[in-house]
Amino acid sequence: MTALIAALLIGALLGFVLWALSAPFRARGSATQPGDSDARRALESAKQSKYSEIRDNETDYRTGKLSDEDYRALDRQLRAEAVEILRAIDELDASIPAASD
Amino acid sequence: MAFAGRVALVLALAVCAYGITAALYGGRKGRRDWVDSGRRSVYCLAAILTVAMVILEIAFIRNDFSYNTVANTSSTTTPLLYRAAAMWSSQEGSLLLWVWLLSIWASVATFITRNRLRDIVPYATSVLLGFGAFFTTLLVFFDSPFAQTHPAPVQGAGLDPLLRNPSMLIHPPMLYSGYTFFTIPFAFAVGALVVRRVDADWIRVTRRFALASWLFLGIGIVLGARWSYYELGWGGYWGWDPVENAALMPWLISTAFLHSVMIQEKRGMLKIWNASLVLAASTLAIVGTFLVRSGVLNSIHAFGASTLGIPFVALIAAMTGGSIYLVVSRRDVLRSEHSLDSLFSREAAFLLNNVVLVGLCFVVFWGTFFPLISKAVTGTSAAVGPPWFDRYTVPLALILVLLSGIGPAIAWRRASLANARRNFRLPLAAAVLMAVAACTVVPISSSIGVVLLFSAAAFVCASVGQEFWRGWRARRATSSDSPLVALASMVRRNRRRYGGYIVHIGIAVLFIGVAASSTFQHEQTLSLRVGQSTRVGAYTMRYIRATGSVVADPNHTGATMTLGAVLRVTRGGHYVGTLRPSAGYYPAAQIVPGLVVASLISGDAVDQIGLQSSWRRDLWAAIKPLGATLPANGTQLPEERLVNLADGTISPTLSATQQLQTAFVELGLIVAHYIKFPPAASFTLIASPLVMWIWIGGLIVFLGGLTAIWPAPSALRSRLRARYLARVAQELGRA
Repeated sequence: MTALIAALLIGALLGFVLWALSAPFRARGSATQPGDSDARRALESAKQSKYSEIRDNETDYRTGKLSDEDYRALDRQLRAEAVEILRAIDELDASIPAASD
Repeated sequence: MAFAGRVALVLALAVCAYGITAALYGGRKGRRDWVDSGRRSVYCLAAILTVAMVILEIAFIRNDFSYNTVANTSSTTTPLLYRAAAMWSSQEGSLLLWVWLLSIWASVATFITRNRLRDIVPYATSVLLGFGAFFTTLLVFFDSPFAQTHPAPVQGAGLDPLLRNPSMLIHPPMLYSGYTFFTIPFAFAVGALVVRRVDADWIRVTRRFALASWLFLGIGIVLGARWSYYELGWGGYWGWDPVENAALMPWLISTAFLHSVMIQEKRGMLKIWNASLVLAASTLAIVGTFLVRSGVLNSIHAFGASTLGIPFVALIAAMTGGSIYLVVSRRDVLRSEHSLDSLFSREAAFLLNNVVLVGLCFVVFWGTFFPLISKAVTGTSAAVGPPWFDRYTVPLALILVLLSGIGPAIAWRRASLANARRNFRLPLAAAVLMAVAACTVVPISSSIGVVLLFSAAAFVCASVGQEFWRGWRARRATSSDSPLVALASMVRRNRRRYGGYIVHIGIAVLFIGVAASSTFQHEQTLSLRVGQSTRVGAYTMRYIRATGSVVADPNHTGATMTLGAVLRVTRGGHYVGTLRPSAGYYPAAQIVPGLVVASLISGDAVDQIGLQSSWRRDLWAAIKPLGATLPANGTQLPEERLVNLADGTISPTLSATQQLQTAFVELGLIVAHYIKFPPAASFTLIASPLVMWIWIGGLIVFLGGLTAIWPAPSALRSRLRARYLARVAQELGRA
């Protein structure tokens, strides 16, 4: 009885492994991976970082670690940097259809 | 079913080999289907190893002694809970636990990144499956948990009595979870370096795994300290044991990593630091795994020498060499995007924090491996003890505690002197007040370190408290929330920050407990007869009566015989409490014919501590009921004579079962004699202040870590992002 259970268990494991590992090939054939733009990803990452900096700057100001003057100067600077990142993203997105033409 | 287990391990190894190949091929060729198949290999590995774990656990629970590992570490007299935990007391079982946990976390990590980091994931998957292949190779070819002996022995050797503690259920899984969680950021760091994509993306994705590793390792370390305090009979909780240090080192490095990644995420700085820290932490985690099982260094955890020294050393060498190669060859892309704006900034504080933590890790590393280093250099193995460690770690720990109070109070990028004066006024006042208060209680000349640590802890608590107060006040000013809702909302909107602050409080509380308990402890080791008493600090401890039991182990650890004492504790004539220390005696591995009674109690003897804990102090007692040493003239102790007499009365013509039953009756008579005519017993008695603060501090650290790791509600995340997007868009419109 134990031997039968062991055999069934091994068979089930083998079947599951073969099914799981072959699923991507059955679903897509020889699908190639679309090439992601490294530059786009880097800009997205930079945008997230910049938003986090803006948030922290505001928290620092509200908790008294920055004077009014320092907060406003830094906030202007950070948001200007964010604007530049957004512009770069827009320019990159605009250039993609042009490259494929 | 053991055969099914062996097949499962071979299948696991094959799946790892296939997955590495598929992921690498898919990554190099840009083939998404191959990459996905490689990712699914990780899921398959988790499923296969879960089956293997279940098969082995069932064998332990059912006392199937045909499995060698069950016969070596369990027995029918081992309580059920400890039988379930006995699996990871053996080398092969602990390796299986390690690779199973790795497969689970790796499955989670590869699932959540299935549509992200597409260039990094194939290499990360390969690294994770590489770890899987290493450990399954060990299990298949070197030390199988499914090795059997036929015919199976009737009885097993039983779980080592030292391990029969509830902490056995959780301490090793916690530590191993900590070690295995860190393979995730390690794997993704390797992938990021291979493809030269070292922005903060991979850090964001794997940060929670690094935090989980830090959290589990930290809890595992505190649990281990608590277990040592309750179990080992020396009254301490940290002895700078090599295996304790092996868990501490990756924890220190991961603490540094968790702080400095914030700088990379925000400013694109310290990339070389972060890459080096994450690679070092995971390498040290493997070193820790190796030390626990190898016996290469003398340790309380050396439950047996390992045969796996060479493979582990090879893995550690490969990880070290590979890490150095990757960081050096990628140093061009690891250059910082910005420089430090000011030495008086949170970035600078974090950088100093890194230096101190790495320095601490180096000290611990040097002290831990000094026996091997000295042997290699001089030919003689020399060890360093707690005084050496304390000499260098205490000043560094003091600086660390101070920094944990400074960091929260200064701004990112730069802090002005005017704001610094305002922000540090209260914490400095708290520190000075605490120093004055401490000096009235302790002599500063001999306890300057304690005074400084108490002051630093007060500094941290005031600094962090100030941050909570100001954040709460700002939240209330901008919302109509009630006070409690405002506090919860403030924390919820910035879990990472406030969770970190809670951790800082926990560390400060923990260090207060360590400083007070280690500096102001009173200890006595002496021999007492019933009716005699002694002073331990301000307390008087009196030996009231002896206790004993056979089979009915009051500590539920399966001890055959337990001998103990009742101690009455008073202070100034007033009753404080009662301590009940005892020693459990366990059976030998085999019952020897003709020496049945002796065999029932001649195995290991383990202390069961008598303890009364309060927030102010701990009263701790351990007993050696039969004296610390044999009589000087070589004569036997009365109890030994009784045991020999009892063995002499058992007829060899009785069946094994009858002999055993008779032996238990004789043992009962011996225990009754001990209770009626107790000899002088050797006691270790300790009165120690603020020990409970160590465990409370650990709990606060855990709560802080949990707060930091908890994901923000996605709706809130979206609202916050949308609000900032709108603001930046307004700027764009005006630009």
